[in-house]
Amino acid sequence: MRDPNSWLSLVWLQTRTTNRLFWRTPIAAFFTLALPVIFLVLFSVIFGSEEIGGGYSFSQFFAPSMAVFAAVSSTFSNLAIRTAFARDQGILKRVRGTPLPPWVYMAGDILSGVWIALLSVVLMFLLGWAFFGFRMIWDDLGLAVLAFVVGIATFSALGLAVCAVIKNGEAAPAVANGVFLPMAFISGIFIPLDDAPRWLVILGDVFPLKHFAGPFGDAFNPLHTGQVLGWENIVIMIAWLVLGAVIVTRFFSWDPRGAK
Amino acid sequence: MPPVITVDDLAKRYGAVVALDGISFTVDEGEVLALLGPNGAGKTTAVEILEGYRRADRGNIRVLGYDPATGGREFRDRIGIVLQETGIEQALTVRESVDLYGAAYTRRRPPDEVISLVGLEEKADARIKTLSGGQRRRLDLALGLVGDPDLIFLDEPTTGFDPAARRQSWKLVEGLTELGKTILLTTHYLDEAQHLADRIIVLNGGKVVAEGTPETLGEARPVTTVHFNVPDPGRLPSTEDTPEVVGQRVTYRTTDPTALLYSLTAWATGRRMELSGLEVTRPSLEDVYLDIVEGPA
Repeated sequence: MRDPNSWLSLVWLQTRTTNRLFWRTPIAAFFTLALPVIFLVLFSVIFGSEEIGGGYSFSQFFAPSMAVFAAVSSTFSNLAIRTAFARDQGILKRVRGTPLPPWVYMAGDILSGVWIALLSVVLMFLLGWAFFGFRMIWDDLGLAVLAFVVGIATFSALGLAVCAVIKNGEAAPAVANGVFLPMAFISGIFIPLDDAPRWLVILGDVFPLKHFAGPFGDAFNPLHTGQVLGWENIVIMIAWLVLGAVIVTRFFSWDPRGAK
Repeated sequence: MPPVITVDDLAKRYGAVVALDGISFTVDEGEVLALLGPNGAGKTTAVEILEGYRRADRGNIRVLGYDPATGGREFRDRIGIVLQETGIEQALTVRESVDLYGAAYTRRRPPDEVISLVGLEEKADARIKTLSGGQRRRLDLALGLVGDPDLIFLDEPTTGFDPAARRQSWKLVEGLTELGKTILLTTHYLDEAQHLADRIIVLNGGKVVAEGTPETLGEARPVTTVHFNVPDPGRLPSTEDTPEVVGQRVTYRTTDPTALLYSLTAWATGRRMELSGLEVTRPSLEDVYLDIVEGPA
């Protein structure tokens, strides 16, 4: 058998291939990257004249939100949809018939999503900076990175968990987006929840996205005072990560018909 | 040398449906064995259990010395699987996919070597979605061979092919047997089994209903048919076999044609009668197969 070094090279090959497939599948690239870009541009143009606080641009608050939106889309939605389609078509079954360890395939899938997530964050910040007056704030970058790492780990696990519980790949886009988009609204990604009813705020607190987007946005918010990332944020995200991982290990099938 | 595959009393059911009802067989090294049978006979279930995709409910199974259900990487490193209609990433090129799927085998062959073995050199850099159906199957075969396996599973390798593409695939499989590979093939085409296999096992309703070489399988049910016309079929001689009579046409099915013909011809010459349109036919393998899977006509 191979030495661990070449496991690394296997993971690398899987990651590279998945990336290649991402760029060769325009629809995936569109929904993951173009959609948040369009949101960023439209919202920034519509609210562009409003100055917030002491002369900060709308984009100062909105670009980090769209960065999180794109990052979750590249991990959660992408993994759920891509993996469910791959299972339906028998690609996962084909993989399972080779000596490739299943975790290597999964790792390649996840790392490719992480890579796209990183790219999209950089893209949002660059666009916000170049056109809409976003200014980088470096003070809490470390905490933003920590929120990002735990956040995308959680949403990668949840993406695979969605794939594990749905039986039919055609349902994957509807389920993934049907979960993600409402969650984005109740987590304050598009509109701040300052004036929202209490029950909606509490509902948002239960789900992991608010604990990712909130601290990540606060890290670049010049008006924010107090702590950026709290223990409760980390704990709630990790609880969802564990739940996702348990669902994957219990229910994930490599066979198109769910056979054992 | 122990057999490459040993199956003893293998059974599998899906809910109330019995897919395999205690089948047993072995496959020796270098042998090409065909599992032949109609759709739903249990072929794919049997093969998928041997490949490690499914668990048996009962039975002893050894493949290359491993239990396929628990053999894991080491086991998969030595087999090549060519499934029927299995998806692949359409946006990859032929070479990329051979490289990708070959990566984890310890004995992997160079991608270009495998690509030329299946005759896809000209398509090596083409996206998979641009391949024809026959070229796709050749790619499937390439992916089954890239790990230089000791044992190859071919699940219905030519289903849905036109005759030219079938011949081409047969050539490829024959090429593999020359390399000394052990092959387990499933098919519902008798001529395919006859053409490619050293030995045929006929499955029906989850059971082994016949087994033999393409030559001996025909002897499994040696029923010879004797046809002729007589003006008055009501007065035939009494024989061991009972005739079927339709108008003046008489048909016997017999396992002892010599004795039957002796009594019939003696009877006819005694009456100076002609057995007009006399025909004696040995069953083709096709008849035998249909007889086995559909029951005697």
